[in-house]
Amino acid sequence: MPDHKMLIDSREVTFKPGMTILEVAKNNGIKIPTLCHLKDATPTGTCKICVVEVNGEKDLVPACSTPAKKKMTVQTNSKRTIKSRRTTIELMITSGNHNCGVSGKSNGNWTDFQMKAIQYENSDELCPVWGDCKLQELAYQYQAKMDRSDSIWKSDSPELINPLIIRDFSRCIKCGRCVQACNEIQVNKAIDYSYKENDIKIITPGDKPLVDSDCVFCGECVQACPVGALVEKKSKDKWRPFNSKKIRTTCPYCGVGCQQLLHVSKGQIVRITGVEKAEPNKGRLCVKGRFGYDFIYSKERLKTPLIKDKGHFRKASWDEALDLVVKKFKEIIAEDGPGALAGVSCARSINEDSYQMQKLFRSVFKTNNIDHCART
Amino acid sequence: MTNSFSEFKKAKMFLIIGSNMTQAHPVASTFVKNSVQKGAKLIVVDPRKHKLTDFADIHVPIKVGSDIAFLNSLIHVIIDEKLYDKDFVTSKTENFEELKQKVKAYPPETCAKICGIKTSLVYEVARALAKVKPVMLCYTLGITEHTCGTNNVVSIANLQMLLGNLGVECGGVNPLRGQNNVQGACDMGALPNVFPGYQTVVDKSCRKKFETFWKVKTLPSENGLMIPEMMEGLVDGKVRGFYIFGENLANTEPDIKKVEHELSSAQFLVVQDIFLNETTVFADVVLPAAAWSENDGTFTNSERRVSRVRTASKAPGEAKPNWWIFKEIAKRMGHEWSSSSAKEIWDDECSIIAPAFTGIKYSRIEEDGLQWPCSDENHMGTKFLHKDGYFTKGKGSFIHVDWTPPAEIPDKKYPLVLSTGRRLYHYHTRTQTGRCEGLNDLLGEETADISLKDAKTFKIDHGETILVSSRRGKVEVKANITDEVPEGMVWMAFHFRKNNANWLTNPAFDPITLTAEYKACAVRIDKLL
Ligand code: SF4
Ligand code: SF4
Ligand code: SF4
Ligand code: FES
Repeated sequence: MPDHKMLIDSREVTFKPGMTILEVAKNNGIKIPTLCHLKDATPTGTCKICVVEVNGEKDLVPACSTPAKKKMTVQTNSKRTIKSRRTTIELMITSGNHNCGVSGKSNGNWTDFQMKAIQYENSDELCPVWGDCKLQELAYQYQAKMDRSDSIWKSDSPELINPLIIRDFSRCIKCGRCVQACNEIQVNKAIDYSYKENDIKIITPGDKPLVDSDCVFCGECVQACPVGALVEKKSKDKWRPFNSKKIRTTCPYCGVGCQQLLHVSKGQIVRITGVEKAEPNKGRLCVKGRFGYDFIYSKERLKTPLIKDKGHFRKASWDEALDLVVKKFKEIIAEDGPGALAGVSCARSINEDSYQMQKLFRSVFKTNNIDHCART
Repeated sequence: MTNSFSEFKKAKMFLIIGSNMTQAHPVASTFVKNSVQKGAKLIVVDPRKHKLTDFADIHVPIKVGSDIAFLNSLIHVIIDEKLYDKDFVTSKTENFEELKQKVKAYPPETCAKICGIKTSLVYEVARALAKVKPVMLCYTLGITEHTCGTNNVVSIANLQMLLGNLGVECGGVNPLRGQNNVQGACDMGALPNVFPGYQTVVDKSCRKKFETFWKVKTLPSENGLMIPEMMEGLVDGKVRGFYIFGENLANTEPDIKKVEHELSSAQFLVVQDIFLNETTVFADVVLPAAAWSENDGTFTNSERRVSRVRTASKAPGEAKPNWWIFKEIAKRMGHEWSSSSAKEIWDDECSIIAPAFTGIKYSRIEEDGLQWPCSDENHMGTKFLHKDGYFTKGKGSFIHVDWTPPAEIPDKKYPLVLSTGRRLYHYHTRTQTGRCEGLNDLLGEETADISLKDAKTFKIDHGETILVSSRRGKVEVKANITDEVPEGMVWMAFHFRKNNANWLTNPAFDPITLTAEYKACAVRIDKLL
């Protein structure tokens, strides 16, 4: 058994052949920043945030897509790597609509700037993912600085015509995570890179809006996007990371049982994302699981018990309604026996509800006439 | 499912029958596609050329309802060419000889005709299946929603036992459950023949156990009625009081006219739901319930995993958790139940009275859920069943079943087959998804999916509103010409009231499970005059 050993930041570490530098580092608790790297997808090595210095190599190499080799000596935090990362970040910021996280060259105080940004932007223009942006976070961490006049960004109007998803390429950093998410994770093959006039863009075939493409609105690309270029339409203006709490739950639709994170603000669900690494869905959701939550806030929800009176429903109190149900059921049992009652439970509701209902029928009414649509 | 979703990514081969996974179980399908992209083999058996067939090595477009003919002919070839797993068959199963004799009546040549496929395809699939081990078999309602649904499932089990694909990782017989908690509702005993944990009501010792646990005298000893029997009972007065919790039966059951007649015959109907719907119309009392995310609880997914559901917001008005409503009714009938939260119901009742769930407690499923059987609080749950071929009843038994055609087959007057199911953007009767912003924009109306050939024969244009009729009813609906459906088929869903497929479907049932034949009935299509 050959010994696969290498040095990362002067620590000797072992690895299995085929692992990338990033994987080896991660396994050993060494943090390398990444941006374009997407778990479970082929590394593309496009963003160059993860660059590290390898002894004997002239250029810095991307850790996410460079295989570990025996006797390799790697530095993940040298001056050179830090400078390179900062330059990359600054370039990303100047080439897009990222005024959020930029400190002017002269202004030294980052925290003040960050605090102010939210005030001086009016909320429509403030990036919808302010405070939950990988680029903003990195810009802060690496103290990227530049004047607004450095910006080479040309206005690009957002694609608002799709249901559920807004695409705003003015904030796209061309990391390609959305493409990986669509093609390698969900395998819907709706979007891809286009290389035109020395520019990379993420497009559907024919550069049509998502709604006219093969897109199935799973929103995996939105979840993968590290910046505010892809956002959920329903969440915009309602969801902010600093004013919402996250609650884990299970999707109410199909029998896969995906694990969701409900982002709750002011007592309402305002956004749903998949729980990374969770069984069974590993962070993935489909269109219903991601976007099918607002029915619970419909004005048409039933709010009180109803009793039919001469062909019309009227509102009733719980006591009145339940007393009536019990009175009628008792009458029927007395006249025709418990077998004259039957019940259908709900295959959508929680286990505990079905348990209670069958307990009611069996132990109280004394009939086994309880079923649910198990077969549809 | 005997096996788990997490095995999809490691599986070497999939056989997927009667499951339009990309639409009905989208996230599960992503794992199948990932696996196929990494080299796993995929065989899709389905009348429709749905999205997953784009990824398939072999697509077998059998005719609707010919599954058993196809499966039996596979078994015929596998036995004939001695491709089966001899070790598994000898040591883990019984009744092989009988199966061997009986499938002689299913040579590929005959079956291919019944299935409407080429004979060579049967040989190709049989040999491909025998070459790879294990094969993971998945199916959905395409298998069960037939008058021969039970038999379809039996013949699937026969095939997997013959190939030795049971009791192993990445193998098994895997029904993907339709609704989020069908598995749970079954586990909890919302069935006429079993208590929670599949303990049978006709068994005296089971009854004794529950009598003690629930502190009641004499529980009923006979199996109860299944839904279709209850519905018929409403008409003949055998069932007088009917309690519907959360199901919109007026839209989901076959033959809406008949169903509505039945519901309107109920002497006293209680409906407990979150919205008024087509079923509440017939109700005498409507009880407002808390919805998903408005109370705590658990769901059990297709792979037997019990996962937590949590409260995010308050139920509107006076709506109450369902378990509370049932408890209040019990109280009014003189029964005080002690549990007063979902957690108490699960931890102190469900998990104690059903051996399979004993080890599952709320404190253990804060994060990922646990898969039953889970026998004690150190047990990590069960990823796949029948490990090493040990079946609950000792040996796995082959049971030969014969092919039977659907109850209603096309004829001169009704020359096409209607098959039904769900579409991606909606769920069932849209009481939920129809009220979610954006989803109606993605799918705003029903269509009748037909083939180009039939469109030509009947001179129908894409998007033209046509009349689809069966012996039970008719609907006006837009035609959607697509290469997904084969010639001779009309495919529709039941998401929209007006042109709901269930105006047309046939209330013919599997004799054992009383599952309706949603997947096949005879219809005709006509241009509007
Ligand atoms: S929503 Fe899903 S299908 Fe559409 S582009 Fe994004 S990842 Fe692809
Ligand atoms: S849209 Fe988002 S994920 Fe896609 S390339 Fe742009 S920044 Fe990356
Ligand atoms: S997110 Fe989609 S695939 Fe997952 S459980 Fe919900 S409906 Fe099913
Ligand atoms: S994370 Fe490595 S190049 Fe982007």
